[in-house]
Amino acid sequence: MKEKVKLGEKPGACCGGSTEAQCAPRKTPFRTDSILTRKDRLDHFRCRVGSYRMKSTVEPGLYALGNPGQNSDVFVTANYKMSFDILRGSLSGMDAWILVLDTKGINVWCAAGKGTFGTEELVKRIFAEGLFEKVSHRRIILPQLGAPGISAPDVRKQTGFRPVYGPVRAADLKAFVAAGCKAGQGMRRVEFGLLDRLVLTPMELRPAFKAFFLFAMIVLALSGLLPSGISFSSALSLGAPILILGIVSIIAGAFITPALLPYIPFRSFAVKGWLAGLVSLIMAWAFVTVPEGVAFKAMSFIFFPLASSYLALQFTGSTTYTGMSGVARELKISIPVYTAGVLISSVLFIALKLGQWGIL
Amino acid sequence: MKYLKGVATLEYDTSKCKGCGLCAQVCPHGVFVMADKRARVTDKDLCMECGACMRNCEHGAIKVNAGVGCAAALIRGMVTGDVSCGCSSETDKNKGACC
Repeated sequence: MKEKVKLGEKPGACCGGSTEAQCAPRKTPFRTDSILTRKDRLDHFRCRVGSYRMKSTVEPGLYALGNPGQNSDVFVTANYKMSFDILRGSLSGMDAWILVLDTKGINVWCAAGKGTFGTEELVKRIFAEGLFEKVSHRRIILPQLGAPGISAPDVRKQTGFRPVYGPVRAADLKAFVAAGCKAGQGMRRVEFGLLDRLVLTPMELRPAFKAFFLFAMIVLALSGLLPSGISFSSALSLGAPILILGIVSIIAGAFITPALLPYIPFRSFAVKGWLAGLVSLIMAWAFVTVPEGVAFKAMSFIFFPLASSYLALQFTGSTTYTGMSGVARELKISIPVYTAGVLISSVLFIALKLGQWGIL
Repeated sequence: MKYLKGVATLEYDTSKCKGCGLCAQVCPHGVFVMADKRARVTDKDLCMECGACMRNCEHGAIKVNAGVGCAAALIRGMVTGDVSCGCSSETDKNKGACC
């Protein structure tokens, strides 16, 4: 048996400091409640749609929810405001301690993957906040999705606190605690339902449209290029259908594919996106006035489904079930295909222009 | 929903299992279940390689090449050599916000 650390007396373990002053816990915990205001909900919305998510943080440390005492439960979370809010919001009517780790403003699961929601940070916080004096029990409840960053056995060895993994969703916490910290049916499984997928799509569409803006500038300029100068009507007649089909391919890859994920055949995201892109392109084709000739058609059917495929592949970063080895395999095959597709469609575009100029 | 077949790097050595059950608790996809006081793998293809089981297994019974299943991160990794999730706080201005 390994040497047992006496609780709260591990020398110099709290914050790397060795003197008492450095190790002294902060006197009063922050106070919080379980009420989510309109401003909180607005914050959450802004996090879902833009870069505000990067700034939406709370101060790491110990929070008192209600009037917690020596026997109150301790819940651990990240310092991303939405994570903290969802946790406190699901603990209404409870007196509890909330220990917020410094995850640099990132949610629990992602931070656990990076290791910032990790053993080291948790141990440090337990000592720094003097948790030993706040509670008489030695149980802390961690979010299950924090587990990729936390070694529960190591935390126990280093602090004496016994980590218990709570359910995946904070909404199940009360039931979990009421059942004596036993997870009920389904509480340990991550789902990825329609709503879960849809809330993620704004952050798929945004970067895609950002890139599209640049794409549009280049396409319009090149489309308008004539030996005699730049022609506005030529920019529109060739450029407009390309841009419309481009928007369609973005929606197919960054919105339709995530939304219909389980219903689109094949497991590969690149293939799913390509199929969604192809079907969307065929449907859009009926409504768009396109230039005559096989070159435009060939270029479109090569380029746009591949664009959708690429965007769909980006969604692997947001899913709850894609692993690194799978994505690596997809990239190994798809990146050469994307490169070839872009080259071929560029050549076709040049051929199209040369034909327009009467050279070809 | 299942991802690609036969790619997960999860390896489990039953003989090292002491039956603590942590792997079954932390796995968000039910890859591990407890049976006869030992962990058993149900379906390896469900594994997303998050590494939670490995990190919480005190006895080294589980090995997995853990990482992020994120195309943007892997593409960035090909360029910079650093394969980690690019999502970060405001100090990392140029990064997208994947997860």
